[in-house]
Amino acid sequence: MDGIHDLGGKEGFGAVVREADEPVFHARWESRVFGLNLVGAGGAARNRDHFRHAIERIDPVAYLTHGYYGRWLGGVETMIVEAGILDTAAITGRALELGASPDDRIASQPSSKPDHVDYEPLEPGNRRLVTAPARFRTGDRVRTCDRGTRGHTRLPGYARGRRGIVVAMHDGWVYPDTNAHGRGENPQHLYTVAFEGVELWGPEAESRVVVHLDLFEPYLERSDG
Amino acid sequence: MAEASNPAAIRAEAIESLLIEKGLITAAEVDEVVERYNERIGPLNGARVVARAWRDAAFKQALLEDATAAVAPFEFEGGQTEKLVVVENTATVHNVVVCTLCSCYPWAMLGLPPRWYKDPAYRSRIVREPRRVLAEFGVQLEPDVEVRVWDSSAEVRYLVLPQAPVNAAQLADDELVARVTRDAMIGVERFV
Repeated sequence: MDGIHDLGGKEGFGAVVREADEPVFHARWESRVFGLNLVGAGGAARNRDHFRHAIERIDPVAYLTHGYYGRWLGGVETMIVEAGILDTAAITGRALELGASPDDRIASQPSSKPDHVDYEPLEPGNRRLVTAPARFRTGDRVRTCDRGTRGHTRLPGYARGRRGIVVAMHDGWVYPDTNAHGRGENPQHLYTVAFEGVELWGPEAESRVVVHLDLFEPYLERSDG
Repeated sequence: MAEASNPAAIRAEAIESLLIEKGLITAAEVDEVVERYNERIGPLNGARVVARAWRDAAFKQALLEDATAAVAPFEFEGGQTEKLVVVENTATVHNVVVCTLCSCYPWAMLGLPPRWYKDPAYRSRIVREPRRVLAEFGVQLEPDVEVRVWDSSAEVRYLVLPQAPVNAAQLADDELVARVTRDAMIGVERFV
């Protein structure tokens, strides 16, 4: 989806701010949100793609202002509400009892018609056997598809419709574009594709820059030049 | 406590308390996860791998050919490294890792990522103007050095093998491990 999460190449964010002696978590609540998700969010979290897409769908202002664990909180709440485990009103009611303000911005924007992700991963991890032969080989010239998708995808906006070269093959993996939506693991071949900076950013690109992306086979077509 | 005024902290507590009351989670299982990542998983894992590669040419070759297999004997916990690829810095190549779409990171090797790695500034800029961002980190690259950015958008996780410090041969093993920084393994620091 063309969400705020797709940040590669966006301009105007300014300097990278670093912190000396940074702790793993900056506050207790960050660690609780982290742990809540890792234990499966009360049965709501089905797979990593599902969780990532839940984060992508949070309020974009919250995405930029609530920090990493604020985004996780929005994603966790979205999954829990969409799974029917808790409803937004119950969470807000409890938050008000605990001292929240009615004006607080809530990151979660659960869908009223959510996807049903009604299966657990079919095997541990995300590697899967793909019986169809790989369409591409190392050294092949490829072009990425140039259209966006309304759903989850691992093709960033900045690399749509761009030409690159396959530099590595990674066998088969669960396909996030369907798995995030409960439409099956649908495993696909995965490739690392190298893109010249000038192909991505035009003549203003910095010199001697190559950007590598791991891209699933359905994103790619053969390119003759 | 100060945290009580933070809306995210309150909402997190609301969700956790409701899930506990429904019997769907326990505070203890959340505690266990937090303790594991706070105390046992961190960049020391990656540092041990890098220091060994600096010492042991055969291990280094194995690491660059199939890092997943080469690090398996270390039995690191922490996930997010089902397939690991190690990329080598040289005098003419500099590698740097990002995840523009979320914040993918080799947890088992480096622990949880620093805040800057997850922030919009780094994620947006490092694919577009890596030389400029690296210069802000103090890494000044000559024009003939190729910059390879690895946007770890799928399931493969990347770790940079930095160039060894010039005095590596004089250092004891534990001193060598201590020289390997998290930032060098992300690719935003260079020793030589």
